[in-house]
Amino acid sequence: MEEFQIIENYLMVRLPEEVDHHRADYICRKADRYLLDQKVEHIVFDFEDTRFMDSSGIGIILGRYRKISCFGGKVYAIHVDKKVERMFRMAGLNKIVEVLA
Amino acid sequence: MNSEKNEMELSFDAVSENESFARVAVAAFVTHINPTLEEIDDVKTAVSEAVTNAIIHGYENYRGYVKGGEGERPVPVHQGKVYVRCRLEGDVLHIEVQDQGKGIADIARAMEPMYTSRPELDRSGMGFSFMEAFMDDLEVESRPAAGTIVRMTKKLGSTSWIACGE
Ligand SMILES: Nc1ncnc2c1ncn2[C@@H]1O[C@H](COP(=O)(O)OP(=O)(O)OP(=O)(O)O)[C@@H](O)[C@H]1O
Ligand SMILES: [Mg+2]
Repeated sequence: MEEFQIIENYLMVRLPEEVDHHRADYICRKADRYLLDQKVEHIVFDFEDTRFMDSSGIGIILGRYRKISCFGGKVYAIHVDKKVERMFRMAGLNKIVEVLA
Repeated sequence: MNSEKNEMELSFDAVSENESFARVAVAAFVTHINPTLEEIDDVKTAVSEAVTNAIIHGYENYRGYVKGGEGERPVPVHQGKVYVRCRLEGDVLHIEVQDQGKGIADIARAMEPMYTSRPELDRSGMGFSFMEAFMDDLEVESRPAAGTIVRMTKKLGSTSWIACGE
């Protein structure tokens, strides 16, 4: 199950086991609500639980990046495994997101 | 060479909760030929891409799940079925994902990396690129207002002991 948490000016999003369109739609809308209502500047996506991801995961990150980067916000991705990292690289996300294994 | 043939066919409603069902079903279909874990992941991602495209773009059911009690329900529902057909010929997997939805007017453009017709839906335009990268072969047939068929092929078990020798 996805989880949202605010630590200082960071929104922490713990992604679910399967990051697909079915789950991504809700995560995008919920994250955007936090970005609007709370004073968060940066986002951290935690892939610790994630065992499956498709292009919907790229969309979650790219979409949030577009919303916060113009205000100087940064996007981080943590606990990223090889599979997810390969997809990040193919989409060019590693250039705009701070990726940590 | 193993030339055993095996086929299966699924049809299901074009709703987002069936995305995981489709990729898990295809993965289960090929387990007996002992593909590597990487190959299974690749196939699951490719199936997920094609099926999600059928649901979001073909039938325009773009809403995913909604948590109860928040007063929101998915906007859809355009009725429609997604068809997934798989054929194993020896260790080569053929997958066909079909919808009878909107269709694609410009296939070449749709297949360009980072091209999406729906950026407002948080799509990234990487679906076809992932299908192409994770499978050996990808073909798209589509007609506006008639629907789309995506055909993909992948040789499995390529690094296992079964594949070498004989
Ligand atoms: N089954 C389909 N029916 C109609 N249009 C489609 C279908 N599949 C793909 N398309 C069109 O092709 C485009 C590119 O597809 P692709 O999967 O590469 O990207 P996307 O779905 O837009 O984004 P992503 O897959 O990264 O979430 C889509 O934006 C859509 O316009
Ligand atoms: Mg897609």
